[in-house]
Amino acid sequence: MNTQGDYQTKSTLETFGFIPKLTAEEVQRQIAYMVANGWSPAIEHEHPNNKMETYWPMWKLPFFGETNMANILGELEACRRSYPDHNIRLIGYDAYTQSQPVCFVVYEA
Amino acid sequence: MSASKAYEAGVKEYRDKYWTPDYIPLDTDLLACFKVIGQEGVPKEEVAAAVAAESSTGTWSTVWSEYLTDLEFYKGRAYRIEDVPGDPNAFYTFIAYPLDLFEEGSVVNVLTSLVGNVFGFKALRSLRLEDIRFPIAYIKTCGGPPAGIQLERDRLNKYGRPLLGATIKPKLGLSAKNYGRAVYECLRGGLDLTKDDENINSQPFMRWRDRWDFVAEAIDKAERETGERKGHYLNVTASTPEEMYKRAEYAKELNMPIIMHDFLTGGFTANTGLANWCRDNGILLHIHRAMHAVIDRNPHHGIHFRVLAKCLRLSGGDQLHTGTVVGKLEGDRNSTLGFVDQLRESFVPEDRSRGVFFDQDWGSMPGVFAVASGGIHVWHMPALVTIFGDDSVLQFGGGTQGHPWGNAAGACANRVALEASVKARNEGREIEKEARDILTEAAKHSPELAIAMETWKEIKFEFDTVDKLDVQ
Repeated sequence: MNTQGDYQTKSTLETFGFIPKLTAEEVQRQIAYMVANGWSPAIEHEHPNNKMETYWPMWKLPFFGETNMANILGELEACRRSYPDHNIRLIGYDAYTQSQPVCFVVYEA
Repeated sequence: MSASKAYEAGVKEYRDKYWTPDYIPLDTDLLACFKVIGQEGVPKEEVAAAVAAESSTGTWSTVWSEYLTDLEFYKGRAYRIEDVPGDPNAFYTFIAYPLDLFEEGSVVNVLTSLVGNVFGFKALRSLRLEDIRFPIAYIKTCGGPPAGIQLERDRLNKYGRPLLGATIKPKLGLSAKNYGRAVYECLRGGLDLTKDDENINSQPFMRWRDRWDFVAEAIDKAERETGERKGHYLNVTASTPEEMYKRAEYAKELNMPIIMHDFLTGGFTANTGLANWCRDNGILLHIHRAMHAVIDRNPHHGIHFRVLAKCLRLSGGDQLHTGTVVGKLEGDRNSTLGFVDQLRESFVPEDRSRGVFFDQDWGSMPGVFAVASGGIHVWHMPALVTIFGDDSVLQFGGGTQGHPWGNAAGACANRVALEASVKARNEGREIEKEARDILTEAAKHSPELAIAMETWKEIKFEFDTVDKLDVQ
């Protein structure tokens, strides 16, 4: 069947929803970027049914001052083990702008 | 107590009163820099003083009623003259205006003085308002952006990247249902926002209310199917303020997140009123800038766009068109970066290499997204991300809807290119230099992007900039 030229609508998860899921190494590079900019890593998770809601439950508190890559990756893993059926997003939080210069879903349920 | 002065009728030289080279501007003064070419034989100091006088308290003849007030308190003062690099005929004059010359919260009133009669003054051959330093005391009297960058991101749930949009084409002539179709296709394909073209108001082929209805349905369906938040700038620019507000009210009734206004053709009074309405009603405001090039493109006469951009931030808007640098429309890179800073930052230092003549403190005024739109396509994406950064809206009209497979595939191609560029930038790569590698890599996973790259591979807009910065 020739489907070339047909565009199938995708359900996506905002930023980085249109490129292949980041590998572990690529996730680490994004963490390095947020740490280098002084942004606080934070992790949120939510069931896919509620993905459009503003607030996703936080995994613990944001990791203020955390610069150790292994610790941040460890928290992502721990969150995933606790909520295997949830989408899990990684945030780089900037207290100056009160915004999220980094925000993307690492694990898609 | 000093004795009062006697009234002397007659015509005095402007420089006697309005050229004050020893004056040290106050923090509360509004400062302006004009580029001037005077008539032959008139000394620079006299020309500078004439500009200060005619844009503040002066008139050509002394009048007795001047003696009823303290004009020393109210007058504008020319306090500095500078050569213009590379332009021996022109010079800059710097003028300080006391705060009380202007009504609070009214860029209308500021412009009426600064770019009013003085621009037709016979003793000048040409005059250009290059920059204004608004004192923080004045800024605090202005409403500014209805929402601002941070709140807009929170409402639209867009983080860590520029927003992606497109102006719906053809810009004139579609029926409401066909127009809604074009919107739906763009949004389902991955754009965040679509836009009414500025020419679209409420013409016989598509009345505004019908457009609102079909576009609302398109947005609602695209949101449900993609799981992402979407919007369309409904252009409420109209012939009267009453009509403008009527259209805005119906957009609110339909729960639309954003509307649009043309701030120069519509005018600053309409714009400030609409911005206040948007703030009161929780709706974002996109600002188009039709007519700006008439005012800002001639390097010797008119108003530089950095001034119009500052005035818009004070009047109110959440997104403002700034040109693209790389696309089909005029725009010098450093100059553009200079006024993009004025839209987004809370403090912008003087930087002549970017055409910024004054330190500008914006205080707590929210920021405005810079909108890059006009003749851009996927190949430009890494350059656009580098130039404009995350707090921008990148709008690909022809670059979305000209895709061989249609709007949705075109939107997807742009979204893939955008995300690949952002990801690579965050990884520390020089994405402008490595543009080809980054896009080629991303296209391996996206046939839509591969086709877009093939379609637009030869299209460039390489003409010299007409309005260059005055630097050697």
